[in-house]
Amino acid sequence: MAINGVFSRFKMLDKNEGVNNLSPFTDSHEVHVLAVDDSLVDRKVIERLLKITSCKVTAVESGRRALQILGFDEEKTSVGFDGFKVDLIITDYFMPGMTGYELLKKIKGSSNFREIPVVIMSSENVLARIDRCLEEGAEDFIVKPVKLSDVRRLKSYMFGENRIHTKDREFNKRKIDVSLSPSSDEVMSNQSSPSISPRSFSSSPTSHSTTFLDSHIRRLKTSNHD
Amino acid sequence: MEVDQLQRNFLEYTNLLFREGFLDGQFSQLQLLQDESNPDFVFEVVSLFFEDSERLLNDLTIALDQQNVDFKKIDAHVHQLKGSSSSIGAQRVKNTCIAFRDVCLEQNAEGCLRCLQQVKQEYLLVKTKLEALLRVRVPHLFSLEQQIVAAGGAIPMLNDFC
Repeated sequence: MAINGVFSRFKMLDKNEGVNNLSPFTDSHEVHVLAVDDSLVDRKVIERLLKITSCKVTAVESGRRALQILGFDEEKTSVGFDGFKVDLIITDYFMPGMTGYELLKKIKGSSNFREIPVVIMSSENVLARIDRCLEEGAEDFIVKPVKLSDVRRLKSYMFGENRIHTKDREFNKRKIDVSLSPSSDEVMSNQSSPSISPRSFSSSPTSHSTTFLDSHIRRLKTSNHD
Repeated sequence: MEVDQLQRNFLEYTNLLFREGFLDGQFSQLQLLQDESNPDFVFEVVSLFFEDSERLLNDLTIALDQQNVDFKKIDAHVHQLKGSSSSIGAQRVKNTCIAFRDVCLEQNAEGCLRCLQQVKQEYLLVKTKLEALLRVRVPHLFSLEQQIVAAGGAIPMLNDFC
């Protein structure tokens, strides 16, 4: 596929505000997902889940391998590095060597790669962990075992026609947490409370629709995984 | 009649496994992912699960046989087994792993040995059942022939009807 990298098109959309009906993710362009999981069984399942939702998939077994395949170490020399482009990284949390969390930090800490959305998967429904990942910039957190509806939802809100633009999505995420918090204009983090620790930012109110993060968090609270 | 009967058997057996708790909803998810383009998906994933599990059970046996038991390692193996069994819907194996991890936390070697026995047992049970189930796969076009032949029938040729 000789496309110049999806993300450059995504950025173009940002600048051309008039072109708000144009989705770069039409049928002619497949969303490319990098899936990272040390479990062979899980890799096979996630790969199929993504393919059946019309994504192109590259599945690797470790964070190291993921960074390697992204060309992470070459970023310093990459002016016009037109290599391996991904639209989304979905990674397991618990992996030997580099955890999904560490991979997330690496990605978000890099100027070249931080725009790539990262989704974390974990078999353990630990709110403190979820929180930590979201704070570090994870787009979403899926509790394993991953279902078709999880992947469809993810694809739909991230790359569907009614997707929220990256910037707005971040605002929306924070806005939702504002509603949970009694106070505003305070950045609270690392609270070890059973509920999700509220984060609030003084942002101008943008029209926000309920993101799937909100419903997902609700699902985590009410359902009983494990 | 053959195909219908086989299909009915398959469904009945699957339902039985669900009722008895050997399989849970995640197995149904796997079935959703199987289609004409990937007709053997469930079989392939389950096969991977068998390979993976046998390796892990072997590693666990070795780990528990050591003089100084490395409980962290044991926990890591059990976590992996829990994960893969959960991913295919092998509910009883998964639940046994959850209990196993609790015992591991207590650093109780004897308890762990008992848990290992249990997991092995549950694994063998579900393996037998899944193998039986997948032998009676819903046939797609060319294996219909195989099924008919296996059932002692002949593949009707067009000439036969002239």
